[in-house]
Amino acid sequence: MPSFDKEYFNLGYLDTLSYKDTFVHRLDPRIKLVTTFIFILFVVSFPKYEILKMLPFFFFPVFILSVGEIPLKFILKKLLIASPFALFVGIFNPFFDTAAMYNFYGIPISGGWVSYLSIIIKFILTVTAALLLVATTSFPGVCLALKKLKVPNVFVVQLLFLYRYMFVLTAETMRIIRARNMRSFGKKGRGMKTLISIIGVLFVRTVERSERIYQAMCSRGFDGEIRLLTSYKIGFVDISFAITAITVFIIFRGYDVTKTLGELITKT
Amino acid sequence: MSHHIIDFKNVHFNYPDGTEALKGVTFRITHGESVGIVGANGAGKSTLIFHMNGYLLPTKGAIIIGDVQLGKTTRNEIRKKVGVVFQDPDDQLFMPTVFDDVSFGPLNMGLTKNRVIERVTEALNTVGCYELKDRPPHHLSSGQKRAVSIATVIAMQPDILVMDEPAASLDPRSRRQLIELLKEFKHTKIIASHDLDLILEVCKRCIVIADGKVRADGLTEELLMDEKLLIENSLELPLSLKGR
Repeated sequence: MPSFDKEYFNLGYLDTLSYKDTFVHRLDPRIKLVTTFIFILFVVSFPKYEILKMLPFFFFPVFILSVGEIPLKFILKKLLIASPFALFVGIFNPFFDTAAMYNFYGIPISGGWVSYLSIIIKFILTVTAALLLVATTSFPGVCLALKKLKVPNVFVVQLLFLYRYMFVLTAETMRIIRARNMRSFGKKGRGMKTLISIIGVLFVRTVERSERIYQAMCSRGFDGEIRLLTSYKIGFVDISFAITAITVFIIFRGYDVTKTLGELITKT
Repeated sequence: MSHHIIDFKNVHFNYPDGTEALKGVTFRITHGESVGIVGANGAGKSTLIFHMNGYLLPTKGAIIIGDVQLGKTTRNEIRKKVGVVFQDPDDQLFMPTVFDDVSFGPLNMGLTKNRVIERVTEALNTVGCYELKDRPPHHLSSGQKRAVSIATVIAMQPDILVMDEPAASLDPRSRRQLIELLKEFKHTKIIASHDLDLILEVCKRCIVIADGKVRADGLTEELLMDEKLLIENSLELPLSLKGR
């Protein structure tokens, strides 16, 4: 399948995942948003040479992943796409910071490698948590949560429209690219030049569509404010989830769980 | 009731680029009528539709809806009376879920929460799409999108229902369902379409538009039998009337 088509269906897949019905999906979007945000804050707050203390934090994404029935492969793929950024951010650490920190069976390990690994673990934890938030919460749910958390209406409405028309626009692009490929017989379809005019056409179509949408909105009494009736209720389950999660984060952050566990195991 | 009348009086409209789209359109549609608007591509059908709820305002002439003349100050009132279903459901459905979309109009009318829920439920039941209420529009089929678009408008309980190409891109069964649905509506209906069989089934009266003017206005059964008139207007006999 051509790569653009693939991306289109990938996007659809992430969206379909978010409409499943599991314990995690049913949680109030505000609770998930806030919990994920606190999780990320905790992970990022670790000092730069910390590795072992961070490992227990994998518990949270693994929990969401398994209870939310999200396929691990899908998340790993997305993680891989975003990984070059994190890999390059710390790539010079091992060269600058060469003082040996640990001794691993005779091989000295420099501080640079340790901090590099720490960056990568932080990256994996934070990005997975964000991905899982999107995969287990419908996008409108996230938007509504933002609105309830007092994010300005303008931004929320922009996000809602972005979500709604992302699919329309990508489908349109897919059709144009398909039409080009069918008539370029394995060549690149006159390369850049055609691509530029395709982007132009898409832009014009988008402007025209936005005009028609505005017209449809006006016809139904739009006066500058978008009103939503859908409301969520934070229930007992939601609150207990948030409290448990945050308590666990605090324990993981404050105590060296890995070390305690290790000692327990070696003692017996 | 006399207030469901649409009266076009010598309506002219020029687009900013100078195109004369309407050149003196006059007709009067009274309460409960169902009227088909037909004509070649570019005859001015869509421009006419845009005038029905004041998206475009005539450059000359007057449009009177109910007892109110359409103008900048009155068009918001008129939009509550005239519901327009546009051609592309993707333009009509802009909210994240079907429920949010159908409730958009009623919420803007300032109804209470319970009234809005009532209206939405009723409208979605009418078009047989209640079970789709929590779906996002991009997960719907074309037929479902079309039905929901109609629900978004009837939830506002307009007196007059205006539709631009309602059967475009529908499969035969969805089209049949749509026709049955339209036949049930007791509203004043105005339908612009190239689907002459649909017009023949749903609309008693028919207006043929050509070059920005009313070319013919009369009973659908008579006009759509007039082969000469139809061919002059880039149309042809409806399939159901072609004796084969």
